[in-house]
Amino acid sequence: MLKWAQKLGMIALLFALWEGLSRSGVWNKHLFPGPLEVVQTLIAMARDGQLGGATLRSLGRLTRAYLMSVAIGVPLGLLIARLAFFRNAVKPVVMGLQALPSICWLPLALLWFGLNDSAILFVVVMGSVLGISIATEDAVNGLDPQLARVARTLGVRGPRFYFGVLLPGALPGIVTGLKLGWSFAWRALLAGELLFVSGGLGQLLTMGRELMDVSQVMAVMLAIILIGITVDRVLFQTVETRLRRRWGLTA
Amino acid sequence: MFRRLIERMRGLRQAAPYLLRPANVNADRAKISIAQLDHHYANKVVALKDVNLNVRSGEFVCLLGPSGCGKSTLLYALAGHVAPTGGSVAIDGKPIHGPGPDRLLMFQEAALFPWLTVRGNITFALGARGVPRNERRERADTFIQRVRLEGFADTLPHQLSGGMKMRASLARALAVDPTVLLMDEPFGALDAQTRVHMQEMLQAIWLRSGKTVVFVTHDVQEALMLGTRVVLMAPRPGRVVEDLEIHLPMPRSLEDPSLDAMARDIRHRLRASEGAALEAPPVEPQQRRTRTPSSVPRPSIVTGR
Repeated sequence: MLKWAQKLGMIALLFALWEGLSRSGVWNKHLFPGPLEVVQTLIAMARDGQLGGATLRSLGRLTRAYLMSVAIGVPLGLLIARLAFFRNAVKPVVMGLQALPSICWLPLALLWFGLNDSAILFVVVMGSVLGISIATEDAVNGLDPQLARVARTLGVRGPRFYFGVLLPGALPGIVTGLKLGWSFAWRALLAGELLFVSGGLGQLLTMGRELMDVSQVMAVMLAIILIGITVDRVLFQTVETRLRRRWGLTA
Repeated sequence: MFRRLIERMRGLRQAAPYLLRPANVNADRAKISIAQLDHHYANKVVALKDVNLNVRSGEFVCLLGPSGCGKSTLLYALAGHVAPTGGSVAIDGKPIHGPGPDRLLMFQEAALFPWLTVRGNITFALGARGVPRNERRERADTFIQRVRLEGFADTLPHQLSGGMKMRASLARALAVDPTVLLMDEPFGALDAQTRVHMQEMLQAIWLRSGKTVVFVTHDVQEALMLGTRVVLMAPRPGRVVEDLEIHLPMPRSLEDPSLDAMARDIRHRLRASEGAALEAPPVEPQQRRTRTPSSVPRPSIVTGR
């Protein structure tokens, strides 16, 4: 209860400070609109369907790219953890590519795929797949050695070991990796959308800049924060907490 | 009164050897036969040196000794989790290469799969042993009853107490029905009260099932309470010092005074074996002379005469 009061109090304080600064006239009102105006713009954009359409497009792209990342990243992480060849040869490559910020793939993607969705999907996949596979590898390597031993003595091997012991044992760690991968993907997506016309949330931001409409820019930023928090806190947090409770990892 | 106490103790000590007799099992009649087993780890630590042990079918053998005496290594070699560097380990005459369906190892921790319920843990293990799907549940429930965990079949491991977890682990081990059960200090992590309950339950189950059990412990009372045989081991290098049969009817009780007497006797023997190793390391020539007279140079014997 107190925690929530503190949280809400802090947000209210920030908004009040922001509104106060905006009204004090230190900066031009057009360049620094207050939260009331920004929220009004947000509501207006939501009403005329601009925001809804852009959000759907962005999330649609994100979902497709993210599912691809998961489908590639988790098996790749598993292979790196279990096979010597992948550990020795593929892991260094993955680690090296991980050092490259995902948006750096965009020029290449534009040359390869042209100005279309595929280019953005490629950037998003490159942004999240490596993080997911590294987290998966970590989780699999971190499997309780006691469980590996008991599986051996019980004669659990082959697919039954992979799907019955290794994956469930690593699942809490894998879910943490998926959460991380999601936030990487979300960042990569918006960076990609900002850079060329694409009809997503990123484009709304660019449009706001081109129209010198600061309150639109801020409104879209607010929307992006809200969507990010919703998916991260509500979706992933819930899954993670439930999983950890069932696995007995929380007191 | 003090004198009477001493007299009584002396009497008990005399009674003890009568209950503990050296075991003598022929290799050709043994279920488990271990011959000239040596094991040293990669860091050159000698875990086992020239260990010979034969275990008959249906025996309950306790490996007893201080930490570092190689008792766990010996057990893991039997389980097939450790490949010994020398000697042979065989079950029913077949040498051991890796874990097999005839043996099952139980650990100090319950080692249940945390995402599966008690019943799920058992049915999963049964699946790994090739039990048909429609028989698994019924068999799981039978063994859940046997360890008196009725009503907890659908409970997750982290919701159980330490003793209950161990019982679930025992149920899983019994359900897969190995002929040899290998137990590595399974009750070591439990509180004293729970441990006694577990010992009584294990004894009752063993009496009923007739399985061959090799049980590692450093608790003298526990070894004497459970075993038909107790194998005393000593460290540096890990070796078998004595192999004794316990002639005390089952089911036993920890309160049995003859158990106390035996425990005193066993502790005495353990201390003697350890003390000998501590006071005189085997590298000293004097020690070698007393131990292996055949290797002593002839002239000294002549002068001795």
